[in-house]
Amino acid sequence: MMTITNKAGSGLTRRAALALGAAALATPMLSRRAFAAPTELTMLAWYGHAEPDMVAEFEAANNVKFVPKYYTGGDNMLGLISQSPPGTFDVILSDAEYVQQLNAAGYIEALDPADYPFDDFFPEFHKFPGHWDGDTLYSVITRFGFLGVAYNTDALTQAQASTYDLFWDPALTGKVGHFDWHLPNLGQMSLLNGNPSPYDIDEAAWEAIKEKTLTLRPQVGGFFDYGGTFASLNNGQMLAFAGIGDWITGTLERNGAKVRSVIPEQGGLQFTESFSIGKGSAKADLAKKWIQYITSPEGQAKSAQMAAYPCIVPSQKGWQVLAAQNPDEARRQGMVEGPGSAIDLIRTGRIQYRQLPVQQSLEDWNDFWSEYKGA
Amino acid sequence: MRRRISAYGLTFSLPLLIWQLLFFVFPLVFLIALSFWTVRNFRMQPDFDTVNWTTMYGRAIFWQAYGTTLALATAAAALTSVLAFPCAYAIAFKLPNGARRWAIMLMVIPFFTSYLVRIYSWQVFLSDAGIINVMLGWIGLGPYGLLNTMGATLLGYVTLALPLVVLLQLFSLIFLDRTLIEAAHNMRCGRLRTVFAVVIPSARVGLVIAALFAFILSFGDFVSPIYLGGGDPTTLSILITDTTKSGQQWPRAAVIALTMIVTLMVVAFLSVRFAYRGRK
Repeated sequence: MMTITNKAGSGLTRRAALALGAAALATPMLSRRAFAAPTELTMLAWYGHAEPDMVAEFEAANNVKFVPKYYTGGDNMLGLISQSPPGTFDVILSDAEYVQQLNAAGYIEALDPADYPFDDFFPEFHKFPGHWDGDTLYSVITRFGFLGVAYNTDALTQAQASTYDLFWDPALTGKVGHFDWHLPNLGQMSLLNGNPSPYDIDEAAWEAIKEKTLTLRPQVGGFFDYGGTFASLNNGQMLAFAGIGDWITGTLERNGAKVRSVIPEQGGLQFTESFSIGKGSAKADLAKKWIQYITSPEGQAKSAQMAAYPCIVPSQKGWQVLAAQNPDEARRQGMVEGPGSAIDLIRTGRIQYRQLPVQQSLEDWNDFWSEYKGA
Repeated sequence: MRRRISAYGLTFSLPLLIWQLLFFVFPLVFLIALSFWTVRNFRMQPDFDTVNWTTMYGRAIFWQAYGTTLALATAAAALTSVLAFPCAYAIAFKLPNGARRWAIMLMVIPFFTSYLVRIYSWQVFLSDAGIINVMLGWIGLGPYGLLNTMGATLLGYVTLALPLVVLLQLFSLIFLDRTLIEAAHNMRCGRLRTVFAVVIPSARVGLVIAALFAFILSFGDFVSPIYLGGGDPTTLSILITDTTKSGQQWPRAAVIALTMIVTLMVVAFLSVRFAYRGRK
């Protein structure tokens, strides 16, 4: 065997010298991080928020692996948290009306507003109701959407769909679907009845809503969950839908279905999704980092285009990034500033927040919804 | 004479006993306790309050859903039994042994596929623009509203229960004493009359148990009424989800669940009693 004899006469073979050289060159790569197992970050959220299109970049940059637990609906979320030991979930996504419940039950940590890019947000979202308790922040808004009239564009025009009265059209008997949750449906009925604050209504207004809603029952073709709503709109079984918006039709539209949502003349509802840090989380710093990432302009543009369901984002700078990356989607979702934009709809008073009933109990609304379904 | 409990006997009976205690008795006791808990501000609190029972039993929608579910499950049990019988009869009496084994295997195959997937696939057939309506359109008929109807819900129940009912009926027919059939034929009893006068009464236990299983599966099913029936009318399983979906009312849902369990126990008891009536 050929040997290399150095001047010191150590007798090092060429193969050994090459191996040593390679090892020396690789030393900087042998950092602890390169070999460390990714840190698991648990997320409790609606489906889609911890899928690769949303988290892959953050995971790679921070050596993190998200472990999602998906829920459908705020009550489902509260149930999952209450049945889990403290600290089970590091990051919690919640609809606005449930943040107060999370806080009251002590499930989420207080946050420092200075940690998050509120200055990038439209002023309407600097101090979003329900996310704060006095001056203490508990949840950071990340996206929102509008609920109006969803319709089949082959069967109906946008002008026809621009009123909730469409649901009573005799031509749509058996073709009107409900997303099976009382809060958005009855909120829309409240708007149709002319209540400026659809969830803060007195007994007379509540009775009027019940009366009006019951007249819609013969028109209804079904009450659908998340999957059923997708299917029945996609296969044209339902031609008009109450209680939903672009978060469902936008996803279908992107895949070629002939459906769309419109905010009717009586106004629409707004749902809001926000991130909190779970109480007792051992990875609160990493959770904070995630919230900072997803509320940054780039994160917001990503969030607006989430594969599972699109949403509008509260970050003005996020709108700019989205407009540069995907102008068609920015236009489709109304995220280009000007008349008719999402923020314009809010500022002109055409959108009301979806919230829990103020003057009635949630059970009152739910009980009526069950009775309506059985009518 | 009382039998002594042996270690050998315990070895085989204890696991079943422990299983039943862990996964039936304890959860049932918890469910009963839960039905007396109260909910305040989205949070369940251990309590002993009958408010959930009085509230649920005082609601018209509860009894309406109860009646609907009972009627649908009874109809499903009857329909499935009627549809399954000719199939089980043919496999038991008309097929050679080899073909019978294949037929039994074919009956097992549906269990390999998710029930949810099978139900979703029915939507492709039943929707307004689905396969059935397209075919009817070729001869100038339709479209008919087949999806989101009670008929579609029943179809789902049959999809769920038919393979099991065929198998249960089949096993009771296979073990039938064939000399009884031969005796009936020797006494000039016609084929159809033999079926009704000899085969069905002789296989009564298996047929009733099969129908009972169809009833049990349909009574608690959530998938068919939602995805084929469009959630309309409300069944008890849908009412449970409605109740839990708002305000964390798990105690009220427990009342519905317990009512369902008691109903199933009563139906099972009456069915078994009917099946074994006159036997010693």
